[in-house]
Amino acid sequence: MASHGIRDRVAIVGMGCTPFREHWDKSLDDLLIDAAGLAFDSAGVTKDDLDAYWFGTSQSAASGISLATPLRLSGKPVTRVENYCATGSEALRQACYAVASGAYDSAMAIGAEKVKDGGYQGLNAFPIPTDGTNRTLTAAAMYSLILPAYAERYGVDEDELRRVVARIAEKNHYNGARNPLAQFRRETSAEAICEMPAVAGRLSVFDCAGVADGAAAAIVVRAEEAHRYTDRPLYVKALSLVAGDSSGLIDPDYDFTTLPECAAAATDAYAQAGITDPRAELALAEVHDCFTPTELVLMEDLGFSEPGTAWRDVLDGTFDLDGDLPVNTDGGLKSFGHPVGASGLRMHYEAWIQLRDRAPEERRVDLRGRTKALIHNLGGYPGEMLSFVGIVGSELD
Amino acid sequence: MTETMGILAYGAHVPYRRLDRAAISDVMGSGGGQGWRSVASFDQDTTTMGVEAARQALATTDLDPEALWFSTVAPAYLDKTNATTVHAALRLDAAASALDLGGAVRSSVGALRSALTGPGRTLVVSSDLRVGLPTSADESLGGDAAAAVLTGSAADGPLLAEYLGGASATAEFLDRWRTPGDVTSRTWEERFGEEAYGPLVEQAWAAALADIGLAADDIDTAIVTGLHGRAVKRLGGRLGVAVADDLMDTVGNSGAAHPALLLADALDTADAGRVVALVVLADGVEVLVFRSTDALAAGRPSRSVAAQVEDRADVAYPTYLAWRGLLEVQPPNRPAPNRISASASLRRSDWKHGFVGSKDATTGTTHLPPSRVGMGGGAVDDMEPAPMADTEGTIVTFTVDRLAYSPSPPIVFAVVDFDGGGRMPIELTDVDPAEVAVGGRVAMTFRRLHSADGIHNYFWKARPVRG
Repeated sequence: MASHGIRDRVAIVGMGCTPFREHWDKSLDDLLIDAAGLAFDSAGVTKDDLDAYWFGTSQSAASGISLATPLRLSGKPVTRVENYCATGSEALRQACYAVASGAYDSAMAIGAEKVKDGGYQGLNAFPIPTDGTNRTLTAAAMYSLILPAYAERYGVDEDELRRVVARIAEKNHYNGARNPLAQFRRETSAEAICEMPAVAGRLSVFDCAGVADGAAAAIVVRAEEAHRYTDRPLYVKALSLVAGDSSGLIDPDYDFTTLPECAAAATDAYAQAGITDPRAELALAEVHDCFTPTELVLMEDLGFSEPGTAWRDVLDGTFDLDGDLPVNTDGGLKSFGHPVGASGLRMHYEAWIQLRDRAPEERRVDLRGRTKALIHNLGGYPGEMLSFVGIVGSELD
Repeated sequence: MTETMGILAYGAHVPYRRLDRAAISDVMGSGGGQGWRSVASFDQDTTTMGVEAARQALATTDLDPEALWFSTVAPAYLDKTNATTVHAALRLDAAASALDLGGAVRSSVGALRSALTGPGRTLVVSSDLRVGLPTSADESLGGDAAAAVLTGSAADGPLLAEYLGGASATAEFLDRWRTPGDVTSRTWEERFGEEAYGPLVEQAWAAALADIGLAADDIDTAIVTGLHGRAVKRLGGRLGVAVADDLMDTVGNSGAAHPALLLADALDTADAGRVVALVVLADGVEVLVFRSTDALAAGRPSRSVAAQVEDRADVAYPTYLAWRGLLEVQPPNRPAPNRISASASLRRSDWKHGFVGSKDATTGTTHLPPSRVGMGGGAVDDMEPAPMADTEGTIVTFTVDRLAYSPSPPIVFAVVDFDGGGRMPIELTDVDPAEVAVGGRVAMTFRRLHSADGIHNYFWKARPVRG
């Protein structure tokens, strides 16, 4: 299978991200207008300057009209995309390919989700008529299957592993406390999280991403045009997407200790970007910490830790803000909540400010000469998953 | 001469849950009593219990029913036939008709009599879910159960019990009634019913003995049952025959299901050559007389009534009330499930009702649900049906979901590897979360997942195999 990538052919020249909140006073249209406006300003362009738009939303709206109407885009190609929780990254991926192909000179990828108008806690899937035999488990319960499987496979005490994933939540909340865009800005200790009642398997509410409304947007142009818009563009090094065939759910060989779609997307992305030692080459990584066990196994699937060792690296602080490879420096889904269509672009926004030295002092990553960041954004469940892995960098190779 | 008719197979279902009658008075200050009643789980109804009883019966024989008669007074649907759901779960041939015989408790024994006198192989399934208002006698003395009897002639195969004959007596009087739409029954003064049943029992009993040419002394056991407990006890005692245990201390009276349930219980232990009379008091009296055969010992179902009575766990009284809709509790703050699609359900009826997956003819890999394209590079439509309902499995991993919508949270979900191949994540039922362990054994059971817009969503769950 060929996957050539578009390394250094497209650049991000502007981004915007709204605060992620329970925005009772803002509609989807408001969030779109706010995020798009921030991105336009960031790149110094107007809506009419851009040639095409990709709008990612999972369940808040349908069709490109839902973006064209609030922004009053006239005569533009506007496409709505959806790919589960990786919807935001998918919008960016499509916009980048459109520009790389030469079809357009510039494009916007924008993602948004208005979750809090539903009246229920949590994310709730749009009901598709079925025969009623489909699984009804929550995502939290599906991801809770990782912990006992990992403990069994690698001989880690289950209580110890419980503390390890609580440590991941502690780290992400530490980072989120230093991010004014984050929904939850209070630090929480691993000890306190371990004391909380279980809601799914051994996971407590604080092992789960929150729920928020939000929007984020990126403007992409051909790389050679980037300096017309900004002195410090981000170059797209890799865009990979792998959709699994759900066989993990019915394949007796699958053991719930790894997310193979994520590993495959990472391998592809590293090849596209020419990365051979991600832990040494990446300045930071934004990963899809929808549940704390997810981030644990991602450290292995993304090649940051050897299989069976991520739990030690977590305890050693490897992925802390001042660690060897800082992960989720903005606070992650844990601190932001998860407006599905927006999250992937929110992750890119963190790379946008960190690699360009725009992050607030109190959570600024020491880049140590490293110029690349990884963005990982998944959708689905263990065994039934799709995964995006992207890499951006502040320098042309 | 016509062939001797009788019982070719039988099976019963007693649900796993019990209500300790003392728990009723503990909560309410009155009602209850001693012993236990059986309780259908929140995910069971008369249809699903009927499926379980019928599976027990059909597992003992290779004979296919030519007709399925389903009798209950607590139907899951009206207008729509419930027997068709049972028919689909049993994967019977489309040429086998499926009929509901309901409305009155008497219908179930009437179905059995009609099947035993008519031609052909008929699977008679009776099922009942008895509900009474809190503290009522019906609440504590009722029980939930189902039983199935495959009738046919000696030409079909070895009869486990021959039908010798019987008699009927009918009268119009008000003893117990329920108007459509009501959940619970009403009764006239107890003494009146006892008086009304007296001469009917005498008449039917004498006529039955005359019909079969036997004397009361020739009857080894009488099974006497009916929802008028006092009449059953008094009048049964006057037959001059040993009366079988009525399971009132352990199951309660399962109404329309009780005659066949007690018959199954008697056949579970009867030696060959025993004469058993079934006497049912229901708006008259029905008497059916059987004689067990040498084939009985080898034809019994795998789970006897007594074994199912033993395999049990108590349900808390308030939980029982919530399951029956008599106590409304706060549901989880999640959207309730939407109604299922009729067309999608028909397209996948083999899977939904029959639990039939597919097996890749080239790789041998089992797919649950069935798939047109095999995982691992299989060709399109290179599949064979893989019926899995009777296959047991082992728990690979599991979780307890306290967030998901359920009529009775929490949901216990397990990834199950089936014996001989095939994996599926599936909900467990009849289970205490604390007893679930990796490596535990499970068997499949037909359940009602939820209902929406008056449509019941039937599918399979896994239950622990204990003991």
